[in-house]
Amino acid sequence: MHTFGGNVLFLDRSDINTDEIIPAKYLTEITKAALKPYLLEDLILEGFEQKRDIADKQVVVTRANFGCGSSREHAPWALEVNGVYVVIAESFARIFRQNMFNCGMCAIELPAETIDMLFSQFSGSATSVKVDLDRGELNFSADGKTEAVSFQVAPFDHELVKAGGWVDYADTKY
Amino acid sequence: MGKTIAEKIFDAHLVDQPYEGVNVLRLDAVFCHEITTPIAITDLMARGKDRVFDPSKIKAVIDHVTPAKDSKTAEQGKILRDWARRHDIKDFFDIGRNGVCHAIFPEKGFARPGYTIIMGDSHTCTHGAFGAFAAGVGTTDLEVGILKGVCAFKKPETIKFVLNGSLPEGVYAKDAILYIISQLGVNGATNRVMEFTGPVIDAMSMESRMTLCNMAIEAGGTVGICYPDMVTVEYLWPFIKDQFADKAAALKEYSKWISDSDAQFEQVIEYDLSALVPKATFGYKPDQVKSISELEGTPVDQVYIGSCTNGRIEDLRVAAKVLKGKKIADSVRAILSPATPAIYKQALSEGLLDIFTDAGFCVTNPTCGACLGMSNGVLADGEVCASTTNRNFSGRMGKGGMVHLMSPATAAATAITGTITNSLLFKG
Repeated sequence: MHTFGGNVLFLDRSDINTDEIIPAKYLTEITKAALKPYLLEDLILEGFEQKRDIADKQVVVTRANFGCGSSREHAPWALEVNGVYVVIAESFARIFRQNMFNCGMCAIELPAETIDMLFSQFSGSATSVKVDLDRGELNFSADGKTEAVSFQVAPFDHELVKAGGWVDYADTKY
Repeated sequence: MGKTIAEKIFDAHLVDQPYEGVNVLRLDAVFCHEITTPIAITDLMARGKDRVFDPSKIKAVIDHVTPAKDSKTAEQGKILRDWARRHDIKDFFDIGRNGVCHAIFPEKGFARPGYTIIMGDSHTCTHGAFGAFAAGVGTTDLEVGILKGVCAFKKPETIKFVLNGSLPEGVYAKDAILYIISQLGVNGATNRVMEFTGPVIDAMSMESRMTLCNMAIEAGGTVGICYPDMVTVEYLWPFIKDQFADKAAALKEYSKWISDSDAQFEQVIEYDLSALVPKATFGYKPDQVKSISELEGTPVDQVYIGSCTNGRIEDLRVAAKVLKGKKIADSVRAILSPATPAIYKQALSEGLLDIFTDAGFCVTNPTCGACLGMSNGVLADGEVCASTTNRNFSGRMGKGGMVHLMSPATAAATAITGTITNSLLFKG
């Protein structure tokens, strides 16, 4: 099982799609590791600089409908090989969300007001978050400020994360 | 209380509910292509689980980059090809027999009313046009589908669309779905089934229904579904004629897969499409849609007709009708990719390919290539493409490129003038 939590990358936009997360031209790679340099290469976001902003981040905080578009599991893989195992958003596209849990990664949904609060309190500061999956608690901190936020992950999704993914679970059970 | 078609399909395929709200469904078909399947195959091999649940229910095609453009894409094709042979997967379509997955699989009769279908491709929602529950999934879900013939879904709510009136001249299924997406937004149907019903659907061919359902995912929808009717039966008849005494008997059987009149819908949305005008996208999201009159005069560098959205025979006929006897503008290059070999051959025999080539189109083999910027028509930085495909995301057809999504008729008219143009300008 992955260790969740760490430094936060804030992406202040809704509808960030899979082609922005990992462009299709890299889908000819047949190892996950090869995707590493290309994460968020085509992201449209003012002020975002791919190399500078991704470095040493383990958590993404963003707005609504993250991961919309393609079914490519390369999108969570591109995050995974960069050490980002957690995405916190107002909402996710269906396939992306399932892909995250299927890979043993964590897609956490929070209400829009909470996401607003996180952006206004922490975006722009070097922020880190501790993730307690069993207790459903996030602890954000930056510049001496802290904020605790609770969240829920459905039992099935939690099970997938603990099992490290869906393949072995399904092969044993069905 | 009645049930929606999705609820009926879920009930008929339920294997397990390991947790509340989680439905593990038995799959009737697992579709595969060479981009998302090879990693599933190599992972299964690494786990010592190189097995398939039922080779007759697995259908595979090389379609995204074909012919292979380099060693990496050749390797992806090889992994899929070797795997299909190893497991005796008879319905494997290699170059010469291959077409765009969501065009060739229905053409072979693999999508049927009441079926559950998954594929590692988001446009799998296309097959809902046959009254199936067909959903795009990631590689891990695909892997489990291949191995065990099951997939887990949360039961989606259903939005029912009633499309009233009839589409005016020069307006097609593509214009209808672009309009619907513009009303819903790209997140408007996330985790929802989109049921398309009403007189507009009743009058539509299966090809047009597939165009409509294909883009359900662009509003976030899990699947777009049309109820099976005599149009569905006629399309499938060559594949089902031995199962039924006559078409009426097939229709009776398939009518099981229609939502009950007292089913619970999350929303019912009615549109009258009698006054709809041709539409195209602008910007980088499929819900950014304008009428052609607002975009007229926008210069384009490339016109692309093809893809799982609009590369079928009906699309080629519509575009050819506009192009007949015309030349494309000097400022434009134009590409046609008929979506399957059967469509290619049909277009050839009807003289459509003559019309396209005489107009100045390049006709390529069936492939997804250009739609997602992988091959056969990638844009350069700053270039603009008028395209019959399904996504206008930043970088989609090439880094720095801009894609305007539109119908084949509008794309053909745009090729002639070199700027976005209403096809009615060239009506016979």
